[in-house]
Amino acid sequence: MLGRLTIEALPFYSWVAMGGAFVTVAGGVAVFLLITYLRAWKVLWTDWLTSVDHKKIGIMYVVLALVMLVRGFVDALMMRAQQAIALNSEGYLPPEHFEQIFSSHGTIMIFFVAMPFLTGLINIIVPQQIGARDVAFPFLNSVSLWMTAAGAALVLVSLVVGKFSQAGWTGYPPYAGIEYSPGVGVDYWLWALIVSGVGSTLSGINFIVTIVKNRCPGMTFMRMPMFTWTTLCISILIAFAFPALTVVAAQLTLDRTLGFHFFTNGDGGNMMMYANLLWIWGHPEVYILILPAFGIFSEVVATFSRKRLFGYPSLVYATACIALLSFTVWLHHFFTMGSSANVNAVFGIATMIIAVPTGVKIFDWLFTMFRGRIEFHPSMVFTIGFMVTFVIGGVTGVLLALPPADYLMHNSTFLVAHFHNMLIPGALFGYFAGLNYWFPKAFGFKLDRKWGIRSFWFWLIGFYLAFMPLYVLGFMGMSRRMEHYADPNWQPYLVVAALGAICVMIGIACIAIQLIVSARNWGSSRDITGDPWNGRTLEWATSSPPAPYNFAIIPDVRDIDAFHDMKIRGTAYAPSAQYQDIVMPKSTPLGPILGALAFGLGFAFVWYIWWLVALCFVLSLVCVGIRACDDNSDFVLSAADVEKIERARLAQISSADLHDMRDFVPLGEASGEALPGRVM
Amino acid sequence: MTELSAGNTLLLEEEEKTSLEAREFGFWIYLMTDAVIFALLFATYAVLANNSAAGPTSQDVFELSHTAGETALLLLSSLTFGFATIAMTLGRSGRVVFWLIITLLLGICFLAMEFVEFQGMLEKGAGPEVSGFLSAFFTLVGTHGLHVAFGALGICVMIGQVLIKGLTLPVRSRLVRLGLFWHFLDIVWIGIFSVVYLPGVM
Repeated sequence: MLGRLTIEALPFYSWVAMGGAFVTVAGGVAVFLLITYLRAWKVLWTDWLTSVDHKKIGIMYVVLALVMLVRGFVDALMMRAQQAIALNSEGYLPPEHFEQIFSSHGTIMIFFVAMPFLTGLINIIVPQQIGARDVAFPFLNSVSLWMTAAGAALVLVSLVVGKFSQAGWTGYPPYAGIEYSPGVGVDYWLWALIVSGVGSTLSGINFIVTIVKNRCPGMTFMRMPMFTWTTLCISILIAFAFPALTVVAAQLTLDRTLGFHFFTNGDGGNMMMYANLLWIWGHPEVYILILPAFGIFSEVVATFSRKRLFGYPSLVYATACIALLSFTVWLHHFFTMGSSANVNAVFGIATMIIAVPTGVKIFDWLFTMFRGRIEFHPSMVFTIGFMVTFVIGGVTGVLLALPPADYLMHNSTFLVAHFHNMLIPGALFGYFAGLNYWFPKAFGFKLDRKWGIRSFWFWLIGFYLAFMPLYVLGFMGMSRRMEHYADPNWQPYLVVAALGAICVMIGIACIAIQLIVSARNWGSSRDITGDPWNGRTLEWATSSPPAPYNFAIIPDVRDIDAFHDMKIRGTAYAPSAQYQDIVMPKSTPLGPILGALAFGLGFAFVWYIWWLVALCFVLSLVCVGIRACDDNSDFVLSAADVEKIERARLAQISSADLHDMRDFVPLGEASGEALPGRVM
Repeated sequence: MTELSAGNTLLLEEEEKTSLEAREFGFWIYLMTDAVIFALLFATYAVLANNSAAGPTSQDVFELSHTAGETALLLLSSLTFGFATIAMTLGRSGRVVFWLIITLLLGICFLAMEFVEFQGMLEKGAGPEVSGFLSAFFTLVGTHGLHVAFGALGICVMIGQVLIKGLTLPVRSRLVRLGLFWHFLDIVWIGIFSVVYLPGVM
């Protein structure tokens, strides 16, 4: 009846695991009670969970990411604490628990922090940046969100029922095969990846179509804001790369569950094929995480330098170039696994070439700042911190791209330091910059500046303290994923790294405090005009938070910095003479239901509860069938209602609230000459 | 939400047209992601094709005449789906249903033949758990079969929609997309025939 799910699945094997399980369950119960106490279930369900509004879906993605960030960070803190004290001793974590922690840390940070964070920001902003009312497929968007949430739920449940994978976040067989990992851990990992991976694929398809089809008049490809450009590139990457993850995870699942021989040691399996298939997805994945952050930095740098982005076309080409090259380098993840010298050389050179377009971008941002009127907003501070730190990571990356050097550094903490050096400034700092930058757009009030700056400094200093020692330890020969060690020379560095982790913890606390303080100061930090930073791109043309339809009148765009141009021309806040009816998608419970079924399917597969697998599968088919027959998924918002909303908004704005644009009027315009680079 | 007036209905129809256009484009991209899945399964098969681990080899298990029968059924079903699409453009819903039913029957016959083939292999002790070669074979061909099964389910739903709603704009759009899916499976099968079966018996 319950497959291999027995009472032994509960985490009585270690006090630490029991503590983790207790915190997870208690957290869930607390949230449940809080919502019940606030009588918020109905509002939550009708206004949020079943919503297909891209802005609400985006906010839910970011909330998921922030919750999982805390969970993933606790794992990091536990690892640092263990390694700081585990010289010639066992520390406080049993080996099998330590292995689960490093596996879940990587899995959570990549799949359930970075992916939902960037998808959330994209959801909130991209449709507005291209002057669209919505994404191309609002319902599909909701399904993507709930599949991602289902994957995250599987990881969280593994803490309470059963164990998580001990095979690292890359799950290499044969260790991840059934022979060496007979428990449920790897299955949890696999199903979390499959379920959330399908959600990501659907998201990618959605945003390709949205950006190609839904742009407003005048928004040519070479006038799209950089964030939209990076989103288009990563959506294409997602559509090409994520199917590879689905394939490799399904194959490993077949190996484990039905005794197939894709990656086994004997009977004709081939382990190297796993490495190839995994990194065909895995290498593009790091660019999927980083490129949207590059887009955010581009927006932030232009806005807070009060200048047009330097070298916009070169940034576009560099982005496309990076996207393309990301598919040509996957083998650098296994230089040491016995390919010929020529193969290694080709992939080494391909890897180093990526530094070129990335360098182009860094210089473009620097030149944008050059002679700009820089404002040290938290977003801008994160951007500058990124530029300095990321270059260090780039240099160590080029070093690792040399196959001979890689033979020395392979699987050492040098590698760990390198990829954290790319992903923390290159992805996470970007998302934090985006959070500070776009928060008023999503919620209608600004985040507290002081606590934003504080969080930045703790993150930055914490990052250097935590990872620079790991570079050194890599040179000293410490391999990654060590549960304890015997070399006393390592310990001081590991203690410093642990201090760094504590610093980052304070940084995370600062973000939490920033959110609370800002919410309490809600009244005084309102964003009335919808344009708090004197922004340049079209998302600032909507109200904050935007009306469900974003734009009452679809804008007509004449410039790269479309909104900046509208403000100079004085057309930005002009009320329309006539409003029109607007077609909107209806909310539907099918999104969360499909997510719940995906969770049930994954959970049942993990525990071999075959009747539940069949049930969830059939019900999913039924739901898809119901949706496929639905012809009434839209409704009409009348012109009168639209007019009411718009007039109320414009009535709030007095001319004193608007930004003074006199300084920004280009000289060419004043002299009556046509502006260079402006196509009329 | 307001009551639907005649103007609103027009507006909804207008919106429907643009959204259906986007859906078709999106469906092409979905097919591309599916093509990536099949490409990687093909690559896996190419790597493992000779890893029969002292078990049955491709010469032992493939029967070209059986496969030829499957191929004929599937290609024919693509043709009959084409007839259904033509009938749709002529606006003759009765014929659409007729050709869809023929397509469905051909698809089911294909699945039955595949089932017989798999059953026979299992009985001969050539199941997917025997060797890397057989794992790759069953996964690739089975994934294609699973797609055909989903397509057949889709045809059932489609027949119901045509019968109940007639050839409305959304129904026609769905029919076109289902057709893309069905023809796509044909192309994949041609790949399977020429990468798996033909070299397998040579």
